[in-house]
Amino acid sequence: MIVAPSVLPALWPALPELILAVGVLVLVLYGSFRGERSAEGVNVGALLLLILALFVVMSQSGAKVTTLNGSFIVDGFSKVMKALILLGSAASILLARDYFQRARIDRFEFPILIILCTLGMMVMASANDLISLYLGLELQSLAAYVIAAFHRDNLKSTEAGLKYFVLGALSSGMLLYGSSLVYGFTGTVSFPGIVAALNDTNVGFGLVLGIVFVAAGVAFKLAAVPFHMWTPDVYEGSPTPVTAFFASAPKMAAMAMTVRIFIGAFPDVTAVWQQIIVFVAIASMALGSFAAIGQRSIKRLMAYSSIGNVGYALVGLAAGSQEGIRGVVIYMIIYLAMTLGAFAVILSLRRGGQMFETVDDLSGLSRTHPVLAFCLAAMMFSLAGIPPLAGFFAKYYVFAAAIKADLVALAVIGVVTSVIGAFYYLRLVKVMYFDEPVAAYEPMAPGLRIVLGLTSVVVVLFWIVPAPLVGAAGTAARSLFAGS
Amino acid sequence: MFGLGILSGLLIVPLCGAAFILTLGDETEAAKRNARWAALATTIATFLLSLVAWGRFDTGTASFQLVESHVWLSEATRFKLGVDGFSMPLILLTTFLMPFCIGASWLSVDKRVKEYYVAFLVLETTMIGVFQALDLVLFYLFFEAGLIPMFLIIGIWGGKRRIYASFKFFLYTLLGSVLMLLAIMAMYWQAGTTDIPTLLHTRFPVEMQTWLWLAFFASFAVKMPMWPVHTWLPDAHVEAPTAGSVILAGILLKMGGYGFIRVSLPMFPDASQAFAPMVFALSVIAIIFTSLIAMVQTDIKKLIAYSSVAHMGFVTLGLFTLNEQGIQGALFLMISHGIVSGALFLCVGVVYDRMHTREIAAYGGLVKRMPLYAAAMMVFTMANVGLPGTSGFVGEFLAMMGAFRANPTVAFFSVFGIILSAGYALWLYARVIYGKLEKPNLQGILDLDLREKIIIAPLVALTIYYGVHPAPILDTFAPSTEALMQSMKTALSNTQTAAAIPPVAR
Repeated sequence: MIVAPSVLPALWPALPELILAVGVLVLVLYGSFRGERSAEGVNVGALLLLILALFVVMSQSGAKVTTLNGSFIVDGFSKVMKALILLGSAASILLARDYFQRARIDRFEFPILIILCTLGMMVMASANDLISLYLGLELQSLAAYVIAAFHRDNLKSTEAGLKYFVLGALSSGMLLYGSSLVYGFTGTVSFPGIVAALNDTNVGFGLVLGIVFVAAGVAFKLAAVPFHMWTPDVYEGSPTPVTAFFASAPKMAAMAMTVRIFIGAFPDVTAVWQQIIVFVAIASMALGSFAAIGQRSIKRLMAYSSIGNVGYALVGLAAGSQEGIRGVVIYMIIYLAMTLGAFAVILSLRRGGQMFETVDDLSGLSRTHPVLAFCLAAMMFSLAGIPPLAGFFAKYYVFAAAIKADLVALAVIGVVTSVIGAFYYLRLVKVMYFDEPVAAYEPMAPGLRIVLGLTSVVVVLFWIVPAPLVGAAGTAARSLFAGS
Repeated sequence: MFGLGILSGLLIVPLCGAAFILTLGDETEAAKRNARWAALATTIATFLLSLVAWGRFDTGTASFQLVESHVWLSEATRFKLGVDGFSMPLILLTTFLMPFCIGASWLSVDKRVKEYYVAFLVLETTMIGVFQALDLVLFYLFFEAGLIPMFLIIGIWGGKRRIYASFKFFLYTLLGSVLMLLAIMAMYWQAGTTDIPTLLHTRFPVEMQTWLWLAFFASFAVKMPMWPVHTWLPDAHVEAPTAGSVILAGILLKMGGYGFIRVSLPMFPDASQAFAPMVFALSVIAIIFTSLIAMVQTDIKKLIAYSSVAHMGFVTLGLFTLNEQGIQGALFLMISHGIVSGALFLCVGVVYDRMHTREIAAYGGLVKRMPLYAAAMMVFTMANVGLPGTSGFVGEFLAMMGAFRANPTVAFFSVFGIILSAGYALWLYARVIYGKLEKPNLQGILDLDLREKIIIAPLVALTIYYGVHPAPILDTFAPSTEALMQSMKTALSNTQTAAAIPPVAR
């Protein structure tokens, strides 16, 4: 049977996703025919694919368009979040190249899995109903489980992959169960449909239960307390470039998904989910600050740091307002830069074929590698939220939104935990600047230099020209609230 | 150029100097020398530029001058700079003290010279920025940004317990400040802007003022520092290198006082009046209590640090008298204390560089070998005590006069501070300078060399000059103080009318 072109749904809005989907298939074919020697080519191809997709995303107008029977939405918000996802993935490939070559696990599957993961994440950012959301989420998750265990001869890496898989499957189940309840009590899976249904009826207990389950699933993907337990182990066990990837792009996608669900589907029942988000935010900020203090491994420390950062970003979501979402988007932009920059430094701690991953290995880095130490110190002060570095503005916007929404207690708890968190970020600076140096490390790989240079510029100089990023985030947030 | 004015220039010049020093080579002698001279040239250039700004400044008006404004975060939160009678003298104090700090570190800092001067120049930018900012977010940005270089200065070039001191300094001040940030946000949502000149004419509801005032107080009280949140200061002072102590005592402590006069008093007049008794109580406790603590110190720097807390007690006392004499006195005391305590720390640095100890007991009889040093130290000690004829007297006298007008009981108790300060300062002087020169390792100690003379002579001159002729500083403050008093009076009487209480004749 021949399908007339007019019957095909409009695929134009999904062009970036299609580019990735088709491109990744070509890369798979190329890789399987060329065998192991193809890693170089596949890496370059994957990078080009991501950059191409980024260009297409950026060239989209940002006007709201839905397609595929309304299950796929492209708007200002998806545009910014997709750009962040693509940047995070591209940076991860850059960061990974040198590491995998030296670890002799330089396989072509890695960039392919990253692209598949990215494809899933972009669908998450554009999901306009619960089904497409789940599809994107699963594509992202399955690829992620595999790359967590990518160093398959390494016990810790395989353990990380297995742990991630088991807990991730459980959380997907919860999300799915919650979705089914929501469907059962509203009669629809589409977000606009849910909004319309909730306008008519009162919120019943079943729906609340559904929202709670959805929130639990989402919290797992975000690595927010109380569903964070997998994070430190997976972060520590995975190969470091994979950790860098987990800490960057999937966080963007998870946050995009969270915003899509709560702002896209449940904007009128804020009272139901706001308390959940407030609790999760407070718990994440507090745990992120306290638990990181005792860590010796930088990767575990970054895991707790990411938990805390998700908490801060959720403060913006808890506000439930346009300002709040703007804060979330700004937070994610800056968090992406900070976390990638920090991992670029961690990945350069290599000497004599060995990687160094504890805090003490940073000892005296300012003497042996002044530029590296300066960049990492900037990232740390920024993560601690000290002006004039970018991290300050990230916190500024989410807390400002919380204050406007009268969540004063949440804001006060947030800033106090940020002071506690500052302690362990400062400890890294102390180790680098105040302690006696250990032996020097090998020079940085070019990929690491590019990532570190770009992220440092964003973090250090953001305060001089903040308007473009703040403006972009504002546009993104507005697009979610345009209808209401 | 790019629409930037002279005030932006004051921020950019130190940063350019820092960037230039960063390009210099490693730890060779030549590179160190270049870094020193480059830092000195930068700070002197900044000072000269601030003098140019001072030349363009009109002391006859209370309005903000040399204003420049650029789009920043949004239309409502702009990169806005400007100066008035309160901030101009503090900017001059900052730029004036910086070359001395560079000079004082000339020989004593010999490791990681490049980073040291970069940190100091960045610190200078942030300090000037605090006094110039005409936007609350920008003010906060500079207020906090200064923590980073100071943390590094204490932590890298400090004494034995430098790490403890640097963390305490950083976390203490940060904890105080974050609440201020939340208050700034609340003000933004209430008034729709963070522009300081606009906020000066915004009336916040009395209930809200109370909370805002407390949030700002948390920050400024730690920065001042006021009793009982002063404990970070002695630690930071003792461990910081000499120049770090000078900046800490001379300028960083003034940010708290400046914050009170720039934000708390004019924007929250009702809350300021309501909380004045509490501030009085804390100030008097600080004056008496920390003076007593200063008496028992065995470390010279710690003694001066506690005396700084006591003097800052006079500043808060004067500010919250809410009358002209008190505020003028407090402001003058800030400038005077900036010069005098800075100079005292420089003097401590002089003997520390020679003997590498700050124990009072390790000294004695220095006058025999170091007559010039003894003379200079005498001037600063007397100024610290508040002897008439030195700059210390003017400020304390005015502040006490204001306090007497506002509350004689408070004035009565605060006078004890002056007596006690004479006690600890003179006793310190007696133990270090007078007595027999018995310690064998002091026998060969040398008097001030040329570099030290150049550093200390101008400070001696200024201490005496402003003691006998305080008018230039007071006249600069005067229009702004008058305007502040006027606006507070109007605001307070409005509140009273609104509360249907007949206005009390003042």
